Amino acid sequence: MSGPRSRAGRRLAAALLCVLAGAAASGAARAESVVLSISQGEVLITSSFAGADLAIFGVAEAKGAGTPPPDVVITVRGPTQTFLTWRKSQVIGLWMNTDSRAFLDVPGFLSVMSSRPAPTFAAPEVLRAEQIGLDRFLLVQRVGPDFADVVASDPFRTAFLRIQAAHALYQEDPGGVVLLAPNVFQAQLRLPGHAPIGRYEVHVKVLRDGRVTGEARTHFEVARSGFEQSIASFAHTNGILYGISVALGSLIVGFLANLLFRKE
Amino acid sequence: MTIYLPIAELPVAIFTIFAMGLAVGFISGMFGVGGGFLMTPLLIFTGVPPAVAVASVSPYMAASSFSGALSYLRKGMVDLTLSGVLLSGGLVGTTAGVALFAFLRRIGQVDLAIALSYTALLGAIGAMMLTESVRAIARTRRGGQPQVRRPGTHSWFMRLPLKMRFRRSRIYVSAIPVVVLGFVIGLLGAVLGVGGGFILVPALIYMLRVPTQTSVGTSLVLTLVTMTAATVLHAQANGTVDAVLALVLMIGGTVGAQFGARAGQTMRPEYLRLLLGLLVLSVAIRVAADLVRPPADAFIVAPVEGPP
Repeated sequence: MSGPRSRAGRRLAAALLCVLAGAAASGAARAESVVLSISQGEVLITSSFAGADLAIFGVAEAKGAGTPPPDVVITVRGPTQTFLTWRKSQVIGLWMNTDSRAFLDVPGFLSVMSSRPAPTFAAPEVLRAEQIGLDRFLLVQRVGPDFADVVASDPFRTAFLRIQAAHALYQEDPGGVVLLAPNVFQAQLRLPGHAPIGRYEVHVKVLRDGRVTGEARTHFEVARSGFEQSIASFAHTNGILYGISVALGSLIVGFLANLLFRKE
Repeated sequence: MTIYLPIAELPVAIFTIFAMGLAVGFISGMFGVGGGFLMTPLLIFTGVPPAVAVASVSPYMAASSFSGALSYLRKGMVDLTLSGVLLSGGLVGTTAGVALFAFLRRIGQVDLAIALSYTALLGAIGAMMLTESVRAIARTRRGGQPQVRRPGTHSWFMRLPLKMRFRRSRIYVSAIPVVVLGFVIGLLGAVLGVGGGFILVPALIYMLRVPTQTSVGTSLVLTLVTMTAATVLHAQANGTVDAVLALVLMIGGTVGAQFGARAGQTMRPEYLRLLLGLLVLSVAIRVAADLVRPPADAFIVAPVEGPP
């Protein structure tokens, strides 16, 4: 395991250098400029994939000496998916799904990391407007004919967040961002093995005195590699042919098993 | 050591899945049933989505039933005419079952449907086998012959029109109950991910009075064809067949089945039926308990494929 680790470390160091160079070169824009780098632009899923750790590095432009360190919030959102949240209740003695809400095109993976607990560094209005934190993240539900987000205490919404968090698909870490130097920050992102496949957006916001003074975006891809990709794309593009191949394969296994144990 | 399942989109412990294949294979070899009724709940328990579990058990069952059917064919214990008539109903049942499964998934009642049918079916079959085998054991204890084929009047459903002669099974009955039986087995197989052997074998023995060995052989041929069809249909309609999962299961299953068959041959048939009855009944009770007990979490989250 030390091989890939050290390689990742070296890549990180190189990335960090680029980030620092970029920060030095950036001009004096009105908004504070933030430079961002991620340890892997692509996470490849192989047959032994069981999750991945990514490092996110960034530098915020310092506004001269003596400026206090900023507050940093990193939001990582995976490919969007629509989820149905069902509520079970008892009908003639049996527990069954009776009521459901659809959460439309919400991230299949969502991680919010910050340098401090969000309420300590910004006013509630700012946090809501900037969608900082899981409780303030906009999750659109279909309510009858309308589409709306609901209050944070809605039972379906809290249950959805709780279940996604239990599967490590939604994460919130108020201490996840570490300031290495007053304006240099770093965070570790843990992707679980069952994280959805697709494009992940990384969005960083830098706050000073309770206001967002700078932001930056980057992205990375989670993709199946080689054999896993071939199987999945085969199954999706040509279901019948895939089914026939699997069926034929199982008949061959059955035949071989019969042949193998025939004598005994 | 984990292996990534490309369709289920999650990593699983490869030895856990292999051991499950081995254990269920042992049981299925011992009792001459497919074992789908055990495998599907076990997979769901490991975290595999129910839709993927049901669909991926189908190729596993196709492999194990083909292996078994070949042995019975060589011994001449398969009634191909009877399988053919059962199949005509079975294939229609499988197609209907795959469509029904897709519909239940859409309205969110797949879990309930699976749990209810498991309870009803396994409960009834388990109780029936238990009483029958206990009676048979009592009879042998008293020194009588353990007979399964009781001569007697033919039931009303065997006297319906369209009578057919099935030579290997030595029966002469209406084709209608045979087709209906095939349809029900095909439907259950597609919806529950079970081969239906544990229903078909007792039905052939007790209802149609087919000899036990021929019942098992014929049931294996039927399982083989319906499960092969279910694999293709599930892949096409639901896209939920995981080839990697199925492969690990079938390697464990086919090996386990060989040891199970050897263990089964050393036991008296009525004790074997008693054990199987107990096993089937305990699975039914387990599933029923989950239906009646308040769930640990009243909410579940399920991803929706395609546009809502």
